[in-house]
Amino acid sequence: MSDTSDAALESFRKETRDWLAQNCPPEMRQPILGEDDVYGGGRNGTFQSDAQRVWFERMRDRKWVVPHWPAEYGGGGLDPARAKIVREEMAAIHARPPLRGMGISMIGPALLKYGNEEQKREHIPKILSGEIRWCQGYSEPNSGSDLASLQTRADLDGDHYIINGSKIWTSYAHKSDWIFCLVRTDFAAKKHEGISFILFDMTTPGVTPKPIVLISGYSVFCETFFDNVRAPAKNIVGTVNKGWDVAKYLLQFERDSISGIGDRGAKRSMSDIATSQVGTDDKGRLADPQLRAQLAAFEIDEIAFKYASERASDQMKVGQAHPSFSAAMKYYGSELNKRRHELYMSMGGSDALEWESERSQGGLVPRTWLRTKANSIEGGTSEVMLGIVAKRILNLPGA
Amino acid sequence: MALALNEEQTLLRDSARGLITDKAPVSHFRGLRDANDKDGFSRDLWKTFGEMGFTGLLVPEEFGGSGLGCVEAGIVAEEIGHTLMPSPFLASAVLAASALTRAGSKAQKSEYLPKIADGSTIGALAIDEGGKHRPQTIRLKAARSGNGFKLSGAKAFVVDGHVADLLVVAARTAGGDSDAKGITLFLVDPKAKGVEIERTAMVDAHNAARITFNDAEVTADNVLGEVDQGGAVLGGVLNIGRAVVASEMLGAGDESFSRTLQYLKERKQFGKLIGEFQVLQHRISHLYIELEITRAVILKALQTLDEDPANADEIVAVAKARAGTTGTLAVQEGLQMHGGIGMTDQFDIGFFMKRMRVCQELFGDSNFHSDRVASLRSY
Repeated sequence: MSDTSDAALESFRKETRDWLAQNCPPEMRQPILGEDDVYGGGRNGTFQSDAQRVWFERMRDRKWVVPHWPAEYGGGGLDPARAKIVREEMAAIHARPPLRGMGISMIGPALLKYGNEEQKREHIPKILSGEIRWCQGYSEPNSGSDLASLQTRADLDGDHYIINGSKIWTSYAHKSDWIFCLVRTDFAAKKHEGISFILFDMTTPGVTPKPIVLISGYSVFCETFFDNVRAPAKNIVGTVNKGWDVAKYLLQFERDSISGIGDRGAKRSMSDIATSQVGTDDKGRLADPQLRAQLAAFEIDEIAFKYASERASDQMKVGQAHPSFSAAMKYYGSELNKRRHELYMSMGGSDALEWESERSQGGLVPRTWLRTKANSIEGGTSEVMLGIVAKRILNLPGA
Repeated sequence: MALALNEEQTLLRDSARGLITDKAPVSHFRGLRDANDKDGFSRDLWKTFGEMGFTGLLVPEEFGGSGLGCVEAGIVAEEIGHTLMPSPFLASAVLAASALTRAGSKAQKSEYLPKIADGSTIGALAIDEGGKHRPQTIRLKAARSGNGFKLSGAKAFVVDGHVADLLVVAARTAGGDSDAKGITLFLVDPKAKGVEIERTAMVDAHNAARITFNDAEVTADNVLGEVDQGGAVLGGVLNIGRAVVASEMLGAGDESFSRTLQYLKERKQFGKLIGEFQVLQHRISHLYIELEITRAVILKALQTLDEDPANADEIVAVAKARAGTTGTLAVQEGLQMHGGIGMTDQFDIGFFMKRMRVCQELFGDSNFHSDRVASLRSY
């Protein structure tokens, strides 16, 4: 194990800080506004700018795309203390992530926990090199909150499964190279027990993603159809019919990343935006006293949520966190983010209604507002989260 | 620093919890109330509190205390909140002890702190003058008179002022009613001539006092800290008080929550346990989440007061505001989910609602602290 003395960590911090100062282009220290501001990777991935390419390549070569993943699969192999230092130093200069997507946030962690050696060697390095972009096949048109009722079927035919059905809300399916997908492999078993977790290439014949236009005007989600898609049986992750375990494990990552939006560091403080948009009275207070009260109430909850997240992660480190606590944080974080964007709309007034102009960055404020409405739906609705808390944490009957 | 109790703090919590649940369950409080006890708390138990070291938590070791911090005081207050144990812990061990420790002269500290630490002297802090907490508005006048001062005016909502042996009084020595400068803190003997104390039993069967000062004379030795400079000391002491009250509210809110959760698992209607109804499940889950979030920020406020008190204003305001909204939600949901039985005096759940209302007002309610956050953030 590496040296974790204070002196060694301090010197690592200094090294990291210096390296970032020299290697993170200034453009990559700007707030993330649009979906393309962070590289998404993939066979057809394109860089938005030279700076984005350079930043990705440097981080890739330094193995810091995911600093704590094992070095044997191409990760940085850093111990938790050093990985934290890299995160902190990146945050200190507001460095954008060099790469993002479901490879890093979802399937990578799943493979590291449930994948076999061959699967890890095959897939992890290609996630880190940005070569393969992943999407997630979970929800179906008739299986939303009740995800375990999913009907996409996989029938064994020799050493392949033949997959038929459709998935919905597959983010970036039209830009992704591979999918990790929940399929039913046993129709006789109880609903949670006949599900398997399988991986396949999106270029396999019979896969058709169709983008869905959302209320925000964006179409990052697809409905994806499978018509006799042949996927190798060896691509099952974990045990056949035990895919629900993998799915649940991953849902926690998804919930954590959605609840994380509850304490997203502000680009420009909300009070600055409010005072410049709404004006102030002769005592320097926001000219709209109701808005002032709402904003203060929001900021109080935002600060409290930030420390609740910190406490949850401190408790996780010492094994005191309740395994279902992520549902509580997902509930609160997503509701908080919706409130945040209601306030942005309220502060912006009619300026926040512009949908197309360059002045409004193509309607960034209202489109983002509409996008946040999905926060309390995706990854399990707020009502599903409250149900999980009732059942798993509070042990209420019949929940 | 991790947002968690360390080993010593966990031990302290366990010992406070052990003593309080054993010697002062809610029935102890009910007994004092029913007996219309003249003090409103048990002096025997207060003595035990002293022997356990709880009365001297915040008093420096050289003056007979244990020199611990706000996190520790918050731990004890949270346990007090669970059983509503009445005692001058907040008034004396937290507020008076902090004021003396922060602003007292060597002589004042030597005289009072050891007795506050062992519980034999009870201190109380007199700030508010109107129905709402407005600590920047101090009208009680201290006029120079010979070598000392004459105090005239009135204070209200002086927690445990009816049993105090020593009053810490905020008075105006200069400037207009609401000027930040010109406030001076005085140590006043409640038995002194010109000091009249009226016990005010409150809705929660805890006690405070209205105190009138009619040209009450104090000497220059009774000035705590510097003349005209009491505002800053008061601000620091109030922050400590607010965070500790927030802890008590967390304890009371948590107790209301857990009693209600238990009730949902016992009470049957329509042939089912009422906890099977999704409408109640979602409400109590929501309450649980609010409590967990408030718990984190109160701990952060207490830690900040110990580590970086000069920068604690905002986090303390956030903690007290959240304690107010979450605590209120906890007692309101608690009473509603208990249904009719919750309305009876015989049942304990109503006690938590009453206590929470008092704690809301104490040192600023949620609106006060919400306004404070906005002002601190310059909007």
